[in-house]
Formats: sequence, structure tokens, C-alpha cells
Amino acid sequence: MARIRVLAAVFAGGAAGTLLRAGLAEAVARDDPAAWPWATFAANLIGAFLLGWWATRLSRPGVDPRLRPLLTTGLCGGLTTFSTLQVELVGMLRADEWCVAAGYVAASVGLGVLAVLAGRRAAGARGVPR
Amino acid sequence: MTALTWVGVAVLGGTGAVLRLVVDEAVRARVPGPFPAGILVVNVVGAFLLGLLAGLAPDPDVALLLGTAFVGAYTTFSTWVLDVAVAASARLRALAVANVVVPLVAGLAAAALGRALGAAL
Repeated sequence: MARIRVLAAVFAGGAAGTLLRAGLAEAVARDDPAAWPWATFAANLIGAFLLGWWATRLSRPGVDPRLRPLLTTGLCGGLTTFSTLQVELVGMLRADEWCVAAGYVAASVGLGVLAVLAGRRAAGARGVPR
Repeated sequence: MTALTWVGVAVLGGTGAVLRLVVDEAVRARVPGPFPAGILVVNVVGAFLLGLLAGLAPDPDVALLLGTAFVGAYTTFSTWVLDVAVAASARLRALAVANVVVPLVAGLAAAALGRALGAAL
């Protein structure tokens, strides 16, 4: 597939994923740095599940080759975020909320890995991936 | 918040995602091996930039456009945990643990450094 079509697919998917995440962040306003960041948490776990699902489904033969960059690198990448998670952690630590920070990072990474595995399983993945 | 702001969110989010792909591929071409160095570089640089923005404390629309949309889309959580899950599924325990610990420690340090720098500017 032409390079420009891959980039266009990633752009479109990234724009859609970012709109979903930003909409969620605006809907679930959070001013207290010690509060649980539900918007980021939910976007990251949903995106992890979807990536596990699509990375499995879209690697099969006969799938439109534009769908993988659109939905994985684009949509899931745009919907999820690492930087916001880290800045939220810094805010918790600055507020001396060490337990909230530890719980947030453990829940994000632990449930994130489980969400990917659940997505892969739901899509019918078997054995060692990729 | 106007409709134009949301158009900006979409455009900057799409641009961040494309930049992530380009940087990831460029780093991976230079750093071969099983460790996903491309996503590490993307995520740690993004954590620094978002920390910097948090320290600068710009007005909410700028924070939404540059922070939530652009830097947020540039970095990724899903690819990170997918790589961890793939390594764990393949019984590559050291790789899986390294890919949890290194991005977390480096990302947290980068975000804290960026925030301190932004607050000092």
C-alpha cells in the first residue's frame, strides 16, 4: 500500500480516537489531582481491549490493508495516552497521594495487559501472537 | 469551547498519531532488537512535553489542543500494553518486565522534569 494512504489512515483514525478521548476528558471534569482519573483510565482500558481485538482480526488474510493502520495505530493510538497518565501520576505524587498513585499505575498497567489479552481472546487468537 | 476548537482537536490528534508512526519507525530502524525502543522514545518525549505544558499552565483551550489532543495522541498506552502482553504470552519474562519498568520510570521522571521546567519558565 502506498505510504500516503497509510499516513492518511493513521491520521483519520487518530483524529477520531482523539475526539473520543478529549470528549470523555471534557465530560468528566477533574480538578482535584488526588481524584481518580476516570476519563484517562476508561479510554486507556477500552483502547487496550480494542487493540488486542483488532491486532488479531486485521492480521488475517483478505482484510482491507487500510483498516489496520486506521484502527490500530490511528484509532487505538489516538484514544489511549501514555503522557496524560504520567502527568496525572506526577500530580498525585505532588499532592502526597502515594497510595492513589500506586493504585492508579498498578490498575492501569495490570488491567491494561488483561484488556489486551481479553481482546485477543475475543477475536479468536491462539498461541503466540503476531 | 467552539466547534472550531473540536476541529482543532481532531486535526492535532490526527497529526500526533502520524508523528508517532514516523518517529517509531525511524527509531526502530536505528535500534534493532526485541525491545520496542520506538514507542519508548515517543512516550517518554511526550511525557516530558505534557509535563512542560502542565508546568506552564496555559489557558484551557491551549491545554486541550496542544496537551490533550496533540501530545495525548502522539503518545500511546494501547501499543505499550500490547507489547507487554505479547512478550508475556511468549514467555519472554525479562522483556515484559523491562517494558513495564523502563517506560514507567523514564516517563515519570520526564513528566516531573518537564513540569518543573515549565513552572520555572
